[in-house]
Amino acid sequence: MNRAIRPARVLVHLALILYTVLALGPILLILINAFKTRRAIFADPLGFPDARTFTTIGFDQVFAKSDFGLYFLNSLAVTVVSLALIVLIGAMAAWALTEYRFRGNTIISLYFAIGIMVPIRLGSVSILRMMVELNLVNTLTALVLVYVAQGLPLAILILGEFIQQIPKDLRDAARCDGVSEYRIFASVILPLIRPAIATVAVFTMVPIWNDLWFPLILSPGDGKQTITLGVQQFIGQYVTDWNAVLASLTLAIAPVLVLYVFFSRYLVRGLTAGAVK
Amino acid sequence: MESAPARLRFPLHIAVFLAPALIVYSLFSIYPIVDTIRLSFYVGDQEGARHFAGLANFRTLLTDPAWSAQFWNALRNNLIFFAIHMVVQNGIGLGLAMLLSLPHLAGGSIYRTLIFLPTMLSVVIVGFIWQLILNPLWGIAPSLLKAVGLGSYFGPWLGQEATALIAISLISVWQFVGIPMMLIYAALINIPDDLLDAATVDGAGPFSVFWFVRLPLILPTLGVVSILTFVANFNAFDLIYAVKGALAGPNFSTDILGTFFYRTFFGYQLQVGSPTMGATVATAMLVVILIGVLIYLFGVQRRLQRHAF
Repeated sequence: MNRAIRPARVLVHLALILYTVLALGPILLILINAFKTRRAIFADPLGFPDARTFTTIGFDQVFAKSDFGLYFLNSLAVTVVSLALIVLIGAMAAWALTEYRFRGNTIISLYFAIGIMVPIRLGSVSILRMMVELNLVNTLTALVLVYVAQGLPLAILILGEFIQQIPKDLRDAARCDGVSEYRIFASVILPLIRPAIATVAVFTMVPIWNDLWFPLILSPGDGKQTITLGVQQFIGQYVTDWNAVLASLTLAIAPVLVLYVFFSRYLVRGLTAGAVK
Repeated sequence: MESAPARLRFPLHIAVFLAPALIVYSLFSIYPIVDTIRLSFYVGDQEGARHFAGLANFRTLLTDPAWSAQFWNALRNNLIFFAIHMVVQNGIGLGLAMLLSLPHLAGGSIYRTLIFLPTMLSVVIVGFIWQLILNPLWGIAPSLLKAVGLGSYFGPWLGQEATALIAISLISVWQFVGIPMMLIYAALINIPDDLLDAATVDGAGPFSVFWFVRLPLILPTLGVVSILTFVANFNAFDLIYAVKGALAGPNFSTDILGTFFYRTFFGYQLQVGSPTMGATVATAMLVVILIGVLIYLFGVQRRLQRHAF
């Protein structure tokens, strides 16, 4: 039996390795060529940089010509603040909806569920109007508000399912001791749902960090660009400067790669647990 | 006695827990969408004042030659974009999930993690990466094709009207294949081993086990994957904008509803943007997405559940 399986197993691995190469090859190609001279990029695109071909001229140009550091900090600020708000007020709402029975519970749950299927992008015309009236155009606050509204439905769904699995005894014991509902939430529930918070964080972080639409509409200029928009505008202007283009792509890919190395296990776990059903 | 009615009242702490989420979500998600639908029934004049116009905007969108040609073109392209994702992305995703869910597969989690990686990148970055690779100047694609003996098939796929939409769809497929793979994988490993063993003992080969046991059991997941693909595809914008710009060239051959919406709302070289027509296009997109979601909820999901139990 073992002998019959082995050739099949080799084929399975061959197929998976081929697909992995297809998935990673293009990314690696960008990364290795970003560190090569222009001549080497064209002469030998598949080769690794060596002593003769290594250069950081692309990076120097990018830093000289654009505000990459600033874009990066803008993206970081928007993502971190949005994430903190989504997790905190999402957990509060999820707790209220799963723990307490009150009139309107089902309706409010359904009301939040709408946001999972209906893309908030379709409300852009009115969002821009509102932000103009609130004087928030070209601020990072506008982006945070929109991303929080966009991230809440999924966060409430995932966190709610998690809170349901916490044994009832824990909170009832605390209630017998006369602990307030706020304290129960803050010191019993929040620490217990940390794994779920990690899953929600990764699921929410990726679309916010990568979004192009809202930065393009709400904060297109004046040093408030996010990194995705910055890359888009920068590359659009310098299409022919291959060193600069490859370097800016690398700079945009790097933080995501670092993030993925740290958080992939939460992401994979969340997806394979069917968190996005 | 006291606890039951107390639970039915609306105590202050529940309101405190719910209020922030309800307020932000209502103000910046639900209200803008409702207000956008309302705006689609108005027209703006030169002074910026708005007048109620009933269905006039929709009539313009669907019947005025200048508008309707663009709208139907974008809708048709969007359907092709979606069809390619359904067949290629979800097909490859299913295949990879089947391989990954084989019992005792060495290195399974490494493959899973690596194949999922492109999904993490911004669509904008992915668009530029492939633009460089498919660029005839650089010639990675032609030399790779030549290496496997297909050199003569290379063409400037992203630049030709006949192939640009397919090329862009496949780039998007390349990026997002990890999502159906993961979801289907999760469904496959949740099938109890007993069921598969029983089928094998009854004399079913691997193909019959797949076709008659595993596939029916993962149909609900395939339904979820389909509707997620649908909503994502009919809301897509970034990739086309990054690679082709707002005009979705060549000659609008890659124009989908998202880029059409952007042009209508913000305008471009040939046309001034219009908030009310933008709202109309957004409302039309909402209708398309709702039709898809309703077909899924009432047609597909119900039937699937009958099959599953």
